[in-house]
Amino acid sequence: MKEKAAALNVRKIRADFPILKRRIGGKPLVYLDSAATSQKPKSVIDAIRRFYSQYNANVHRSVHRLSEEATIAFEQSREKFAAFIGAKTSKEIVFVRNATEALNVVVLSWARSNLKPGDHVLLTEMEHHSNIVPWQILAKEKGIKLDYIRINNDGTLSWDSFHELMKERPKVVSLAHVSNALGTINPVRQIAKEAHNIGATVIVDAAQSVPHMPVDVSDLECDFMAVSGHKMLAPTGIGMLYGGYDLLDHMEPLMGGGEMIKEVHLQEARWNDPPWKFEAGTPNIEGVIGLGAAVDYLSNLGMENVRLHEKGITKYALERLGDVKGLVLYGTRDIEKRGAAISFNLGDIHAHDLATILDTQGIAIRSGHHCAQPLMERLKVPATSRASFYIYNMKREVDILVRALENARKMFKV
Amino acid sequence: MNADIYKETILDHYRRPRNYGELADANARAKDSNVLCGDVIEMQLRVNENRIDDLRFRGQGCAISLACASMLTELSKGKPISEIQKLGKEDMIGLLGTDPGPARIECATLGLKVLKTAIYAHLGMKMPQEET
Repeated sequence: MKEKAAALNVRKIRADFPILKRRIGGKPLVYLDSAATSQKPKSVIDAIRRFYSQYNANVHRSVHRLSEEATIAFEQSREKFAAFIGAKTSKEIVFVRNATEALNVVVLSWARSNLKPGDHVLLTEMEHHSNIVPWQILAKEKGIKLDYIRINNDGTLSWDSFHELMKERPKVVSLAHVSNALGTINPVRQIAKEAHNIGATVIVDAAQSVPHMPVDVSDLECDFMAVSGHKMLAPTGIGMLYGGYDLLDHMEPLMGGGEMIKEVHLQEARWNDPPWKFEAGTPNIEGVIGLGAAVDYLSNLGMENVRLHEKGITKYALERLGDVKGLVLYGTRDIEKRGAAISFNLGDIHAHDLATILDTQGIAIRSGHHCAQPLMERLKVPATSRASFYIYNMKREVDILVRALENARKMFKV
Repeated sequence: MNADIYKETILDHYRRPRNYGELADANARAKDSNVLCGDVIEMQLRVNENRIDDLRFRGQGCAISLACASMLTELSKGKPISEIQKLGKEDMIGLLGTDPGPARIECATLGLKVLKTAIYAHLGMKMPQEET
């Protein structure tokens, strides 16, 4: 990841993604919904096919050859991902279903046993529901207090609000690295530094950052990090929780069963070591193996290059969209402070009507509240449309989007 | 999905919804929302001898949900409630003129769901699950 940044060969990348050959109603697919889930390259699909056709077996169990091969591939994926985000050891990576589950494990295991009634937890107004609702569940149970860092009108976090709420001396600061709805890149490193100065634990929802830019957990100084595999070329159903080893070691498991124990007696059991302590039952082996192939693919491209490509296309899209009459863009225009998801509304056209019209042109965007209803309330809109870009998107697709938006504007007489 | 859904009549009902607002002497009301779009529709009606004398609706949402609710109020005014209770998904597709597809059918049927809820509440009955 330290190599000099170079432009991505998008044409070559596109050839690796079989789905991009699809046509929707006779029109080429223009997939602008990677913030919801990314498409998958052939190497990931092939890795899963290879697993099932050549070495399918349960992991960590049997001593036969297939199981040995499956276990090696499984644990290699863990090592690859650990290196990808700069974890000290692969034992700091727990496999879960998705970033949502990773956050739930932290809240319902670590926070449940470490927070006391009256403790403050600091979140932000731009959080995804997955970093709000688990805390509300715990708040009901334990009487903890939830505070929210306000956002400025440009969709960035308010430092004034952050410093004001830090006076409550929160025990936890939990926030998105990149907002799924606004694209804002939050200054996690500075926030973590200040939070650690008062002894708070820092949890980062990195579902929208790890797939798109270099992320290093020791550089960010976060204690926990949640990531979804399916947003970074891997299959659905595989997510990663990073936790500092000491933290994981002192945590109680959330689920009991096979794999997570060292020994079991009728009245008691001794837990396995992290990360296996948190991985009860047969895991998503194909998902983990697919993740390994996805990490290889992204590492080969280089995350600096991925970020550079996305900055280019996002800058272009912001300019082109800004020229569409009646179109309102949400979030900062500062390309250094934002990722590749752009939220907008066109006149008074409801986001779902817009998404339906774009769909007729083969364009896939997301519309709705993006699982961030408190943010929608803050923006005073019921919903927004969101176009999001990834390694396989081209500026030409932005042009197709803009043309379709112009047509929608005429149709609805905006 | 095709763009035929957004034809002139639909956009006209969306831009100039009929029977929009409040009904001061309503004796039946209901309000509901659609999780997908966040559409919210409220219906207020005056039922007299099992007939809908008058009704109004209000709310916010996408063109499909608001246009369907608007067309539904035109269709329902003066009709016996038994006739409205018989309406279903197919009738809303009929009003739209196009099947909006599985992703948007809930938008098309929200107004009808609210109207029926109001009618059942007026009759002191709970709406059967299969009609929701």
